[in-house]
Amino acid sequence: MAPSNPSELLYIFGSFTILLLVAGFYCLVVTRSFLRAVIAIELLIKAVTLFFIAVGYITGKPALTQALVITVIVVEVVVVVIAGGIAISVFRKNDSLDITLLNKMKG
Amino acid sequence: MVLLVTMTLAAIWTVMGRSLLKATIGLAVTSAVLSIIIFRLGSPLAAVFELSVCTGLITVVFVSTISLTKPLTHKDITEMSRKRHKRFIYLPVILALTAFLIIRSGAPKGLIMSMGESVHNVAEVLWDMRQLDMFGQVILIIAGALGVVVLFAEGKNGAK
Repeated sequence: MAPSNPSELLYIFGSFTILLLVAGFYCLVVTRSFLRAVIAIELLIKAVTLFFIAVGYITGKPALTQALVITVIVVEVVVVVIAGGIAISVFRKNDSLDITLLNKMKG
Repeated sequence: MVLLVTMTLAAIWTVMGRSLLKATIGLAVTSAVLSIIIFRLGSPLAAVFELSVCTGLITVVFVSTISLTKPLTHKDITEMSRKRHKRFIYLPVILALTAFLIIRSGAPKGLIMSMGESVHNVAEVLWDMRQLDMFGQVILIIAGALGVVVLFAEGKNGAK
C-alpha cells in the first residue's frame, strides 16, 4: 500500500467501503429476487469486513480485527445457509423467488 | 489501489449481472480479491477464512440453492433482464456521484486514532479477550444447522 499516512489510508479504504455499501443497498432496495437480496447483504458484509481489516492495519491491532472478522464470517455463513433454506421453501410454496409474493404469506 | 478498484468492479458486476449464476460468480471474485487485500494488510488468518469460507462454501451454497429452484425459460429471462436493466441502470450513475462527492470532500485532516495496547496473537484475542464471541459463534452454528433441518423437514411435509 503506497500511502503511509493513517488519515489518507482511512480515506482510501473508507471511500471504497462506501462505494460497496452504496452498491449493496441499491441492489437490496431495487431487486425483487430473494437470492439477489441475499447477495446484496453479502456485499454489505464484505464492505464491513474491508473496513474492519483496514482499521486494524492502520491502528496496528490486526489480531483484534482478525478475531472480529472471523466472527463476522461465521455469522455470514449462517445467514447465507438459512437464507438458502428459506429461499427453497419459498420457492416450493410460491413457485417463484419474487419477494413481493412474500406479502401474501401468513404471519 | 488496483485490488480495491478490481473488487469494486467485481461488486458492480455482481449487482448488475443478468443471471443469478453470474452474480454468484461475481460475488466469489469479489471475495477472492477481498481475501488478497486482507492478506496484504497483514491479516493472513482472516484472509484464509475469507477465501475458503466466503469464496468456496458460500458459492457452493448459492449454486446449490439456484440448482434446487426451477430454471427460467428463455422468454422469462429476456423479459426479466429487460425489466432489471431499467431498474439497475441508475447504479453506475449513483456510484459515480458518490465517488465524486467523496473525492470532493477530501481526506479528513487532524484525525487522531487511539493506538492503545496491541495484541499480536489471534488465538490469544479469540480465546482470552473475546470468549463471549466464541460462545455466540457456537450457538449461531447450532442454530443455523437446526434451522436448515427444520426448513427442509417442513418442505418434505409440504410435498406430502
